[in-house]
Amino acid sequence: MRTAFFRALTELAERDERVHLVVGDLGFGVVETFAKRFPNRFVNAGVAEQNMTGIAAGMALSGKIVFTYSIANFPILRCLEQVRNDVCYHNANVKIVAVGGGLAYGSLGATHHATEDLAILRSLPRMVVVAPGDPAETEEATHAIAAHDGPAYLRLGRAGEANVHEGQIDFQLGTAIQLGSGKDFTLISTGGLLETGLQVIAMLDREGLRGRVLSMHTLKPLDETAVLAAARQTNAIFTLEEHSVVGGLGGAVSEFLAESGEMPMAFKRFGVPSAFSSIIGSQEYLRAQHGLSADRVAEGIRSVLEKSRSAAVAATD
Amino acid sequence: MIKDKAVQSENGAGMRPEWLAKRIRLATLRMICNARSSHVGSGFSMAELLAVLYARILRVDAKNPEWAERDRFVLSKGHACAPLYAVLAERGFFPREWLEEFYVDGGRLAGHATHVGVPGVEISTGSLGHGLPIACGMALAGKRDGSPHRIFALLSDGECDEGSNWEAALFAGHHKLDNLIVIIDYNKIQSLGTVAEVLQLEPFAAKWQAFGWAVREIDGHNLEEIEGVLKKVPLEKDKPACVIAHTIKGKGVSFMENKLLWHYRSPDADEMAKALAELGAGE
Repeated sequence: MRTAFFRALTELAERDERVHLVVGDLGFGVVETFAKRFPNRFVNAGVAEQNMTGIAAGMALSGKIVFTYSIANFPILRCLEQVRNDVCYHNANVKIVAVGGGLAYGSLGATHHATEDLAILRSLPRMVVVAPGDPAETEEATHAIAAHDGPAYLRLGRAGEANVHEGQIDFQLGTAIQLGSGKDFTLISTGGLLETGLQVIAMLDREGLRGRVLSMHTLKPLDETAVLAAARQTNAIFTLEEHSVVGGLGGAVSEFLAESGEMPMAFKRFGVPSAFSSIIGSQEYLRAQHGLSADRVAEGIRSVLEKSRSAAVAATD
Repeated sequence: MIKDKAVQSENGAGMRPEWLAKRIRLATLRMICNARSSHVGSGFSMAELLAVLYARILRVDAKNPEWAERDRFVLSKGHACAPLYAVLAERGFFPREWLEEFYVDGGRLAGHATHVGVPGVEISTGSLGHGLPIACGMALAGKRDGSPHRIFALLSDGECDEGSNWEAALFAGHHKLDNLIVIIDYNKIQSLGTVAEVLQLEPFAAKWQAFGWAVREIDGHNLEEIEGVLKKVPLEKDKPACVIAHTIKGKGVSFMENKLLWHYRSPDADEMAKALAELGAGE
């Protein structure tokens, strides 16, 4: 995703001289190309995220489109008030990019686990929140947030993820991408777990459980139409995110559904518990430990669907 | 309720800083009494600074507040916004009547500097330590665009406790932002005590110098000194400027001067009458 982001950013910078990149002294091996190519539109603010974000707001209020870039929680939580007041309140044209969303820096410990970012950013007025599912979505998302006049947050995974989508995708901010059309359940995924989501669908399909995936790359504004359609067309809704179960995708979908009058027969959130992980390990290892591997998610869905079926049978007896 | 006779000037050129400072203090006092709000002392200490800026220094256009090449003025000590609103009204950015809507239910002017719907307010502040980083971004953008405009940021002394200011100070020095001018209203009193008691800033000028700034210390109530230094910016080529203005909290009203109490206390009717008399209301 990181590579796709920089490819798109470079294209944008070539076309539009307003595009600037401000980094917090991170991005070794990836920011240099941009910096060399557009020296007058690159700033390394140093290890100083509050100032980085304030600078970005000041530049944006002077007519620039400014991308800030750092890893995990650094460009958002360290400087959250700058994000809220300087960027969002002033509707500054700043795009905050964090690489290492979720458990990508799992081995580094809980300081580097970005597992509350979506919940926090989603609550900020004017902030568009995007967590693309693969490199193809990342590239499109980068162009889309640049075209959007106002604050946005782009949560990336790491480098080297596989493309999940085949061929061109129709990407629009706030519009989920549906994959598959099974009617037994919908698995709504955000961010880099999209690939896992598709594996889950394939596994359960072999058992006769037909599901579909909604890639909810834009968490805010949430594609309520797609969630509503899923609630009407399928029997159960599940959410999948590499994020706390509090306030992220699961939170957004359940808030909407609870007020929609269209509650599905079954609903469950797959995510990270609201706790500091005491386990150290790679992203893959930690996903499995937190029940986010394809096996564990499939098992969870199977169990919920069985329960809701038995309940339905009991009700008709 | 702002009744003093005044000569409205559209470009500031006809305004005398001395007159403007008086107008700022009277309006500030009335706004704060009317609203029963705080920070009259913090407003009075910067009246001359604002008066010189808006009468003599800032290239701004009240008729075209969004003019791209305007000088930017960022009031980082957003709690002391009453005098900013007052000077903007005097300069014709909005009608004087708006000042009566300060800090009241449904009013136009919020109790900390707010840009929404208020022409001339560049940045909403109130949470301290935000103004200087934003001003740095504006200064960097101006440099890169080759624009002649300058960025002025007015900071309180207390807010220099915020680490974000020192991040920005490092940045501005490193990037040689000589289109950036910081003015510090050094009235030596912050929220719960004197600056020396709460968190010592001295040696203050030396800190800014060490961060790569051209520093001048002035009497922040001496109009000639203020104008003299601000007319000379950039003070040194390739260096941002820091003007440490030594001021008196509550300046202009004898019983408010140098008193911590007037960081928060709102004058009652009796105190207001005494203060108005000392400030020469009606003269």
